[in-house]
Amino acid sequence: MDHSQSHSALTPAQEAAAGHEHTGPGWSVYWKVAVVLTLITVGEVWVYYIPAFVASRMFLPTLLTLSAVKFVIVVLFYMHLRYDSKLFRVLFTGPLIIACCTLMALLFLFGHLHLGHGG
Amino acid sequence: MSTATVSHHYSSTGLENRKIAIWAFIGSECMLFVSLISTYLIYKDRSVVGPYPHTPWTDPSTGHVYHAILNIPVTSASTFILLMSSLAMVLALSAVENKGKPQHNLGERILGNSKLWLFMTALLGLGFLGCQAYEFTSFVNEGLTIKTNLFGSTFFTLTGFHGAHVTAGVIWILTMLFIDFKRGLGPSDALNVDIMALYWHFVDVIWVAIFTLVYLIR
Amino acid sequence: MATTVIDTIPAHLKPFVPSPTPATVTTEKSTIWGWLTTTDHKKIGTLYLFTALFFFLVGGLEAEIIRAQLGGPNRHLVSAETYNQIFTMHGTTMIFLAIMPLSAAFFNFIIPLQIGARDVAFPRLNAFSYWVYLFGGLFISIPILFGHGPNGGWFGYVPLTTRAYSAGINIDFWVIGLQILGISSLAAGFNFITTIINLRAPGMSLMRMPVFTWMAFVVQFMVILAFPVITIALFFLMMDRFFGTQFYEVAAGGDPLLWQHLFWIFGHPEVYILILPAFGLVSEVLPTFSKKPLFGYPVMVYSGILIGFLGFGVWAHHMFAVGMGPVADSVFGVTTMLIAIPTGVKIFNWIGTIAQGQFKATSASLFCVGMVALFTIGGISGVMHSSPPADLQQTDSYFIVAHFHYVMFGGSIMGLFGGIYYYFPKFFGRLLNEKLGKWHFWLTFIGMNLTFFPMHFSGMLGMPRRIYTYDAGQGWEVFNHISTIGAYLLAVATAIFIYNFFKSRVSGPAAGPNPWGAGTLEWTIPSPPPVYNFAVLPTVTSRYPLWEGKQADIEGARINQQSGKTAEQLGIVIPYSTIKPLLAAAFMIIMFSGLIVGHWLILVGAAATVLALYGWLTSPLEPEHH
Repeated sequence: MDHSQSHSALTPAQEAAAGHEHTGPGWSVYWKVAVVLTLITVGEVWVYYIPAFVASRMFLPTLLTLSAVKFVIVVLFYMHLRYDSKLFRVLFTGPLIIACCTLMALLFLFGHLHLGHGG
Repeated sequence: MSTATVSHHYSSTGLENRKIAIWAFIGSECMLFVSLISTYLIYKDRSVVGPYPHTPWTDPSTGHVYHAILNIPVTSASTFILLMSSLAMVLALSAVENKGKPQHNLGERILGNSKLWLFMTALLGLGFLGCQAYEFTSFVNEGLTIKTNLFGSTFFTLTGFHGAHVTAGVIWILTMLFIDFKRGLGPSDALNVDIMALYWHFVDVIWVAIFTLVYLIR
Repeated sequence: MATTVIDTIPAHLKPFVPSPTPATVTTEKSTIWGWLTTTDHKKIGTLYLFTALFFFLVGGLEAEIIRAQLGGPNRHLVSAETYNQIFTMHGTTMIFLAIMPLSAAFFNFIIPLQIGARDVAFPRLNAFSYWVYLFGGLFISIPILFGHGPNGGWFGYVPLTTRAYSAGINIDFWVIGLQILGISSLAAGFNFITTIINLRAPGMSLMRMPVFTWMAFVVQFMVILAFPVITIALFFLMMDRFFGTQFYEVAAGGDPLLWQHLFWIFGHPEVYILILPAFGLVSEVLPTFSKKPLFGYPVMVYSGILIGFLGFGVWAHHMFAVGMGPVADSVFGVTTMLIAIPTGVKIFNWIGTIAQGQFKATSASLFCVGMVALFTIGGISGVMHSSPPADLQQTDSYFIVAHFHYVMFGGSIMGLFGGIYYYFPKFFGRLLNEKLGKWHFWLTFIGMNLTFFPMHFSGMLGMPRRIYTYDAGQGWEVFNHISTIGAYLLAVATAIFIYNFFKSRVSGPAAGPNPWGAGTLEWTIPSPPPVYNFAVLPTVTSRYPLWEGKQADIEGARINQQSGKTAEQLGIVIPYSTIKPLLAAAFMIIMFSGLIVGHWLILVGAAATVLALYGWLTSPLEPEHH
């Protein structure tokens, strides 16, 4: 319900005054990001089909790292957090940290995480 | 009393109200999806009957063998589709922002076509939803419904919540596309497209997490 | 009255305060249609105030029935089933329909005035929040009149609340109603976060913001992070009840503890959502009536933020009795002890504020001092619960009931009453009667302690929470009897307050812009404020512009206080009034009702809601500005 305000609420002049110019880096970066995301996804699916790797202790950390990297890349470049106001970074990372801590605490409480020997 | 100009749209930070609100909304959505994902992970491997996501299951009463239910190839494709929709979305935003600037060659004309990229985003979003519809139907046909076991309840609720977000996003994009056809979107609309894009990318990153945590991890 | 009021204004401010007894109170008369379509934060705040007070009376009536039933052994004033509905609705009403919206009344009315803004960031979303609250409140409250009220306790533990053990529609109203109310709170949360970040007047830096606005800011973050979690928990329960999922189905491997965890991940931040606004109000009232800036302002702000963060890390102390194991018990015990530190810091800062000031006892300041004292008692019994072995003795007994009424009634309600006496003149332009106000305070203070202090003892003697009735001879009679007398006293106190409220609103003495000689921005404009609030947007140079501000601030305040012009004359753009937020809220309720009435109605309601939203989003907020 956040997008409560009509798109016609502001006149073009006011929009321009608000300084909404370039929000992201542009095509030259965007296509590279897309390629990286695709390659990581291919890598994720690839390792899924290697039984020896799935059985190894590296499987879970590898997959979690890869998806975290994808997450961060999309947020930094496509959601242009890297180029935007610091305030937005705070508004996003604060809740994200609380959310991740809650997730880990819940997994611990339900016996899916064990202190001392990793996930 | 230096502010002689009377403006309702005074801003302390120079940022747009709606953009602050969408980021707060996204922060809030993090907790929503973490609740869903936590529940899925907590209940992982706790279903007392199959079918199971990654391992086959033989029904002891009928002897019927259920395959591991998740379809990784289809989901990998839909994951790719959603990632590409994010690319289309950033290009749509870029096209709206640069509307009116001179275009020197075919490449710039294509990149500057906001209708094309909005259409592509919506199409890819619909493609993702199509994959999900296919996935859901085939699961039901194979014997997994939302009532079957804990896996069914948590899986359909989590991915269903995400699918509902994608659906809302597609409606939003199509509305914007309609406006583009009706009066043409220009730099003054960039804020609205930007907000829509932030929502769309967020739905995308949630899928990045779901793909790994639900589909790939055993 | 008027003469005593002007005495409270510090001498150095007197030249800048206009006539102490304005002859008239200028209020704009508003039609019913005007209220239904309003987008003015002050009117919405007033609507919140009236609605929340109404629900406060409803919740109070339920409390009186509970106390009458428990006043002596083996009473059968109401049936056991009705009793279940009444205590469930007492908790639900007080938390979601009285205290939170009473805080929201102040958020709406006061925050834009305190930060020097003309409205909130999204005026129509603000109206939407209110209407969703009103309709959701009625949705969850009306069934009890027909004997179908929710009856699973305010925290609705599974498996009791699953279809197998609660087959009736009672819990359905609760599950759906709380989801509806969550939407209202979330919408308001995004709105106020944006408002506080972005609509502060020039010079109103974060560290110059009044502490009430600061606490409200922290609360909004807690709302947007806690409510999604209960929404999901309720959604699971709804799916279990309506669509046969197995989230809480023990036979299928489901875990009732999942509900408890998700509920309290929301539930504990909710406790701070209920108390921090009262902390904020006390932090406004005490400096004004001590004629001295708040003691340790930065520490107050930081401790509020710290409470906000730590509030998300203590939830499982509600669950020590389930046996989570030594590690979890220890961690949550320690975090619970930790959160007492920033809370204790606040108490010392309030004492520090009063200590060297020239304290003046008014209804507002008495309620706030009472709040500090009573909240401290509740806080200390709370720290007792942070020790799992101690908690095991106290959990689910009347000791817990005593504890949380000391923080919720002694803390939140007393603070909010203080806020009402303090801000009533700003809302309505008139002062509440001080004599009646002091009667209200003393009767409330005595009645509250008579009601809740004996519960510590009945709890220690083993009286369980939520018990319908009890046999004589267990030592509980005398304590219950005292509690019931106290509750009747509270009813008398509240009746005095309601009389005072409605009488003074019409015929109380005119207040003028700054009846208390306060220092913050909201007192630089007329009472009640004109629709545009500030004729000229103020420039802020200090935390208490009226006390410490530069000459320019004071001059601006004089212009604002004396502005009798309309928005058109000043060229200020005011958002249109619109019925669309109300329609969107109403259609959304219809959509939710479809779960009970028939699933076809869900589709009809959803389609209507989407149409209303399109209508809303495609119409301009305000006239084009030239």
